Amino acid sequence: MSVIAPKFRFSEFLKSITDNLFWIIILVTLIGLPVIMIVLLFVDLPVYQGELINPFLAFSWMFHPELSLPLIKSFMITDFFRIAVFPGFGFAVLLATSVIFIERKMLAKLQLRVGPFYCGKIEGILQLMADGIKLVTKEIIIPAKADKPIFILSPLMFVGAAAAFVALIPVAPGWVVADIDLGLIAVFAVIGFFPIITVLASWSANSKYPFIGGIRALFQMVSFEIPLILSLLGVVILTGTLNLSEIVASQASFPWIIFLPVGAIVFFIAMLAELERIPFDLPEAESEIVAGWLTEFSGMMYGLVQLGSYIKLYAFAALFVVIFLGGWNGPMIFPPLEEELILEGKTIGPITIQTPGLPIFSMEFFSGVFWFILKTAAVIFFILLPRGVFPRVRIDLLLDLGWFKLIGLTFLNIFIALALLYAGVFGPGGML
Amino acid sequence: MTTQLPPGLSLEKVDEKIMTLNVGPQHPGSGHMRLIIQVDGDYIVACDPDPGYVHRGEEKMAEYRNYILNIPHLERPIIHDSCNILYPYCLAVEEILGLEVPERAKYMRVIASELNRCVYIQYWLGIYGIFLGHSTMFMWPMGDRELLIDLLEKMTGARVTHSYFIPGGVRNDLPANFEDVCLRQVNYFEKRIKEYADIFYDNPILIHRTEKTGILSREDAIRLGTTGSVLRASGVDFDVRKKEPYDVYEELDVHSNVLKEGDSLARSKIPWLDMLESCNIIRQALEKMPKSGSIRKKLKPNPRGGDMSVYKRVESGRGSLGCYIVSKNKPEPYRLKLSVPSFRNLIALPYLLKGEKLGNMPAVYWSLNYWPVEADR
Repeated sequence: MSVIAPKFRFSEFLKSITDNLFWIIILVTLIGLPVIMIVLLFVDLPVYQGELINPFLAFSWMFHPELSLPLIKSFMITDFFRIAVFPGFGFAVLLATSVIFIERKMLAKLQLRVGPFYCGKIEGILQLMADGIKLVTKEIIIPAKADKPIFILSPLMFVGAAAAFVALIPVAPGWVVADIDLGLIAVFAVIGFFPIITVLASWSANSKYPFIGGIRALFQMVSFEIPLILSLLGVVILTGTLNLSEIVASQASFPWIIFLPVGAIVFFIAMLAELERIPFDLPEAESEIVAGWLTEFSGMMYGLVQLGSYIKLYAFAALFVVIFLGGWNGPMIFPPLEEELILEGKTIGPITIQTPGLPIFSMEFFSGVFWFILKTAAVIFFILLPRGVFPRVRIDLLLDLGWFKLIGLTFLNIFIALALLYAGVFGPGGML
Repeated sequence: MTTQLPPGLSLEKVDEKIMTLNVGPQHPGSGHMRLIIQVDGDYIVACDPDPGYVHRGEEKMAEYRNYILNIPHLERPIIHDSCNILYPYCLAVEEILGLEVPERAKYMRVIASELNRCVYIQYWLGIYGIFLGHSTMFMWPMGDRELLIDLLEKMTGARVTHSYFIPGGVRNDLPANFEDVCLRQVNYFEKRIKEYADIFYDNPILIHRTEKTGILSREDAIRLGTTGSVLRASGVDFDVRKKEPYDVYEELDVHSNVLKEGDSLARSKIPWLDMLESCNIIRQALEKMPKSGSIRKKLKPNPRGGDMSVYKRVESGRGSLGCYIVSKNKPEPYRLKLSVPSFRNLIALPYLLKGEKLGNMPAVYWSLNYWPVEADR
C-alpha cells in the first residue's frame, strides 16, 4: 500500500509545539544555566554608577524599557543594522529561506504529494536546516583542471551581487540601505553582473557541461536584459525619476500596473528568464546538460549559489512590487499611536506603559512593511507557479521570445506611457 | 602498436567546432546506457548509442534452468512490464509442452497484461515528463500508477515482479470481489489520465518542443525495423494484438491507435492513447471472463519438450516482444532468444538525432519508448 501522511490535527500541532518547548526548557536549564554559572566564576563583574553589574541586574535592565529601548534604538539607526539586519541582507535571507520552504510545500500540493513532512514535526519546517547542515558538512571538490581562484570566488561573488541588489530595494518609508537618486540605473548595473559571474563560474570549471550551461546562461540573460530594461522605461517616463523611493511615493493613490499592464507582463516574463526559473531554466536543464553551470559546484559552494539565486528571486519580486504594485503603499491596517503614549507614557489602571524610543516603530512603518511583504509574497507565488505547470522551453523559442515579441511589446508599452503623458493624464499639470 | 579504442574512450580529437559529449551512464538524462553525442554549437552532428551496461546474460541463463525455473529471472529485464515479457515465453512453452490453457486463465492473463502495460507506460510517461523539465508530469503518473499496482498486488501477490504467468495458466486465482474493485479503479484511472491532456499534451510549450522534432517517416520506420508505439506513430497500423491475436484477444474489440506525424509528440501520445485503450480492454475482459473455473493446467514435475522450435510474440508496452525457443528433448530449452522492442527502437535514434538541437535530445531519445535494461537483456 502507498504511504499516506497523517492528516493535520490541531491537537497534534499543539502537542508538537509543547514538545519542542519542553526540550528547549530542559536544555536551557540543564546545560545553559550551569554554563553561565561556571563562566561567572571566572569573570570580574564591572561596576557602573556604584552598582556591581551582575547578570541579574543586566537582565532587569534589559526588561526596563527606559534603559533598553534607547540602546535598541541607537543600534537600529546604525548603518550596520540597515545593511546586515532589516532592509538588507538578514531580511532578504529570511524571506529567501521561507521562499524555499513555501516553494517545496506548494509544489507538493500541486503535484498531489506531501513535501517535507517529518523533519521538525510541524509540517517539516526544519527540513531546510537539515539540508543546510548537509551542504555545510559535505566535501568541497574542485576539479583538477579548474582555475581555482575564480572558481572558488564565483559563488561568493554571486551572493555578493544578489546582496547588492537587495541593498537598493526600499522596504518602508525611509528604510533602504542605499537611497541613491539613480537607483534604477544602479539596479541595472547590478543585474548586469550576473551573466559575467555565471560565465566566470562556468568557464573556470573547465568542464563541458558547465561550459554549455554558461553559454546558454549568457544567451538568455543578455537577450532578456533588453526587454527588462525597456519595460521599466514607461514608469520612468511617467514619474520622471530614477529614484526607487520616489517611484514608490508616486504610487500613493494607484499602482502603475493599472496604466502599464503590458510593461508589467513583459517585466515579469523577463524576470523569470533572468532568474533561470522554469520554463526558462535552460542553463540548468537537468536532462540535457546535467546541472548546467552548477555541475561542478559541490557542498557549500552549491549552497551559496542556491542561496544567492533565492535572494535574487526575492530582490526581483521586490523590484516588481516597488515599480508596478506600489511598494509599501496600502490602507493603514493599525490605527496610529496616540501622541501621549509615545511621548509620556500612559497609565491604564495600575500599569504605567512607558515607551521611550517607540517612534522608530511608527505605525506607518508596520503598515508599510506588512503591505510590502504581502505584495512580495503574492509576486513570489506567481514566480513559483510556472514550475508546476510548464515544461522547459527550447533555446530557439527563448530567443524568439526575447528578441522579437518582448521587445515589440516594450515599445507598445512606451507608446502607451507617452500617450498618457501627452494626453495630459500624468506629468506636470496632469489630471491625476 | 596502437590499439583501436571504442569511439567514446579514444582520446578526443581536437577540433575547433565539434565537441564530444558522453551522455551517460552517469547523467540524469540517460538510462543505464550511454549516448556519445558530437555537437557543433547547439546542433548534434552525430550520435552513437552505446547500450550494454546492464547486460546480464538472461538468454544464456535460460539454457541452464528448466521451463519453470526460468520464469522469475526472465522478467528481470523489465520488471515494470513483467507480465508482458513472460507472456511470449509462456505461449511458446505451452506449445512445446502441448498444454491447453483454461478459458478463465486466458482472460486473467489479458487483464494482468493490460494492467501491467498501463503500469509501465505510466512509469515511462513520468520520466518523459521530467526529461522535458515538467515535474508535475513526473509526480502525477507515479502517483496514479499506485492504483494499478495495488490491483496487481491483490491479483498476483507482488507489487512489481509478479511472476504471475506460468506455462499452462496463471499462478493464483483472483481474490473475492476483485471484479468490482478492478472496474472501479480502472474507471477512476481512466478519468485521471484524461486529465493529463490539460497539463501536458495540450501545453503550448510542450507542443512547440516536441512537434516536428525527430521525424521518422513511414518508410524509414519500416526499414529500420522499429515496432510498437514508434511504428504506429509513423502511420503504420501494426498491433500484434490485432494482426496476430493470441489467447483471447480475437474475442475482444481491440482498437489500435495510429498517428501519421511521426514526430516526438506523436510518439509520446501513442502510449497515452494505448492506456485509454487498455482500460477498454480490461472492462471487456472483466465482462466476458467466466466467473469460475480452473485457472491452470497441472504440470509434470520436470516437463520435457519435444524436438521443435517455436516463435511467439505479443504486444508489450513498447511493441512486439518475441520469444524464440529451440527445444531438444530436454527439460531445459536448448536456446532461448528474446526479441525485445527496446533494442529495435533504439536503432532509429542515430537517424533521428542527426541535425537536431541539443535541447531536443531528451525529447527524442525517450519518445522512442526505450528501456535500457530490456535492450541489454
